[in-house]
Amino acid sequence: MSGIPHDHYEPKTGPEKWLHSRLPIVGLVYDTIMIPTPKNLNWWWIWGIVLAFCLALQIVTGIVLVMHYTPHVDLAFASVEHIMRNVNGGYMIRYLHANGASLFFVAVYIHIFRGLFYGSYKAPREITWIVGMLIYLMMMGTAFMGYVLPWGQMSFWGATVITGLFGAIPFIGEPIQTWLLGGPAVDNATLNRFFSLHYLLPFVIAALVIVHIWAFHTTGNNNPTGVEVRRGSKEEAKKDTLPFWPYFVIKDFLGLAVVLVIFWAIVGFMPNYLGHPDNYIEANPLQTPAHIVPEWYFLPFYAILRAFTSEVWVVQIASFVTGGIIDAKFFGVLAMFGAIAVMALAPWLDTSRVRSGKYRPQFKWWFLLLVIDFFALMWLGAMPAEEPYASFSLIASAYWFGYFLVILPLLGVIEKPEEIPATIEDDFNAHYGKKSEATPAE
Amino acid sequence: MFKKLVTGAAFALALVPAASFAAGGEGHIEDFAFSFEGPFGTYDQNQLQRGLQVFTEVCAACHGLKQVPIRTLSDESGPGIPEDQVRAYAADNFEVFDAALDDFRPATPVDHFPANTSLGAPDLSLMAKARAGFHGPYGLGLNQLFKGMGGAEYIASLMTGYTGETKVEAGTTFYENTAFAGGWISMAPPLADEQVEFIDGHENDLESLSKDVAAFLMWTAEPKMMARKQAGFIGVLFLTVLSVLLYLTNKRLWAPHKGKKTS
Repeated sequence: MSGIPHDHYEPKTGPEKWLHSRLPIVGLVYDTIMIPTPKNLNWWWIWGIVLAFCLALQIVTGIVLVMHYTPHVDLAFASVEHIMRNVNGGYMIRYLHANGASLFFVAVYIHIFRGLFYGSYKAPREITWIVGMLIYLMMMGTAFMGYVLPWGQMSFWGATVITGLFGAIPFIGEPIQTWLLGGPAVDNATLNRFFSLHYLLPFVIAALVIVHIWAFHTTGNNNPTGVEVRRGSKEEAKKDTLPFWPYFVIKDFLGLAVVLVIFWAIVGFMPNYLGHPDNYIEANPLQTPAHIVPEWYFLPFYAILRAFTSEVWVVQIASFVTGGIIDAKFFGVLAMFGAIAVMALAPWLDTSRVRSGKYRPQFKWWFLLLVIDFFALMWLGAMPAEEPYASFSLIASAYWFGYFLVILPLLGVIEKPEEIPATIEDDFNAHYGKKSEATPAE
Repeated sequence: MFKKLVTGAAFALALVPAASFAAGGEGHIEDFAFSFEGPFGTYDQNQLQRGLQVFTEVCAACHGLKQVPIRTLSDESGPGIPEDQVRAYAADNFEVFDAALDDFRPATPVDHFPANTSLGAPDLSLMAKARAGFHGPYGLGLNQLFKGMGGAEYIASLMTGYTGETKVEAGTTFYENTAFAGGWISMAPPLADEQVEFIDGHENDLESLSKDVAAFLMWTAEPKMMARKQAGFIGVLFLTVLSVLLYLTNKRLWAPHKGKKTS
């Protein structure tokens, strides 16, 4: 499967040969977990395992929760309380599931920004990147629908606001919104279909994860230098890599265990810290909460959605040019999805021939600014839609688009990259030294 | 430097909560001390029992606790009232509608506390989690990180926050309250000094009664808090040990491939 030359599984005994000639499943597993992995991977590369763990955690806890949950507007809220009070260990399962979503997004954001810094999206890993972006979109859909299920005030009003975004699409928006909701407003039909999809999508994500892994096992992992593994011969490749098992499995598990210490402390000691108190009030269509705030992981894109008001000149131009078809609301929706789209297009927007940000002196600072921008947007998304936050949101949104649409294409042309190590082995040895110090360098 | 900034940013990401954005005109919440605060805090069983008495004699007139099964009053990690007393308490205080009888009958421990919506008063089952006493600063959520969510503090502050001022608007009387967002609440001051008498003669001034009922409502909102914290403690302990073992395994595993660190 992998393009990097390495030893493949050879069936030795009779039964092994018998199975292998009919279903080469042992070989598939062997090749997958023994894949040659660049030995210079740093700690930013542990988040893939954390994400795999999160998906498993969410599916397992979710399946148990479904055994006790009732998707009906009159019963959903009480059935969640039933889980919290009467189901054995139910309070733990539910808090793990609710906070598991947060861990999932912490991990996915670090994973994405790692990819953005080390140029993991660049050729030949564009498919891995695009599939990753699809997984991220599915995660957002799943998390949004999951948050509706407890049928609290934020569930209901969050669902009302977000499905209302589809109503902003010109001409066909309202029929689409009604079709999505299964009626004129968020109601029992909405709750039922969200429940159904919330159960379905994680399995779609699991399938996409397999494609994601398949894609980067074909191209090989990126690494902090962005230098490709030498593939001339098995011996050459072995100098740059170590097998995934046991070296990276143990390393990743160590990272996962440390992350889980923090996660478990949050679940055990402050499980409601990342939630919103209003969601402990049962949904009431007649009473709007003072502030409708999405979960923290949606805030950066929520800020972009709200940033483009009718006072912004680009919005006014868009409205004028299209004869009012694109109004401020629809512009905001386009901007929100556009913010993710430009990220997905990074492989084609980045013109630099150097992959890793480590060797790009100017890129480093623009990237750091992007990280700060992301946090700023997250904070602004939680603030009320008034000055000065509105102006800040606009500036921060502009930088998000500017980074992908202007800075990435331009930097590749004007930036003078630093010298790149010739091989992964050189980078590894420069960091750790050679075990046998007889020959300092080759 | 660059690495540190990114690491710091990653940590901050993990700590930004969604729940920390203050509305305009938030009331003032006093940071009362409760026995159940912090990672090792536990409920004070006597306080929960006193709080139950305050709830029964005062709050229950208008408010319900429909999510709470009466039998849970005998939970060891809750008020811990003996089962026969709980049975007597249920029968003496509440009537529930029984569809099989098509009539009301005295409540039994398997029933929930009744819902009570007679005056439009909100259900109190989850009130201590449905309100956050602490916000900010600047939408960063740090106060909740260090002081806790503040639901019980909010309730106690609301009980003690009446100034005595009233106003009438559209035929409804509003009472000024320093803890309530907006400053005016339609609930008349429910508690006063010595309003409830305890058999053991425990202190019963307004602040003491307020804290007792706030603690009780924290328990109704989060009855499994003590078990949860214990699970949290054991889990953190196990995972820490696992981390150390994995650290040592990883170190040994990689040692043959790493020379002396040169940078």
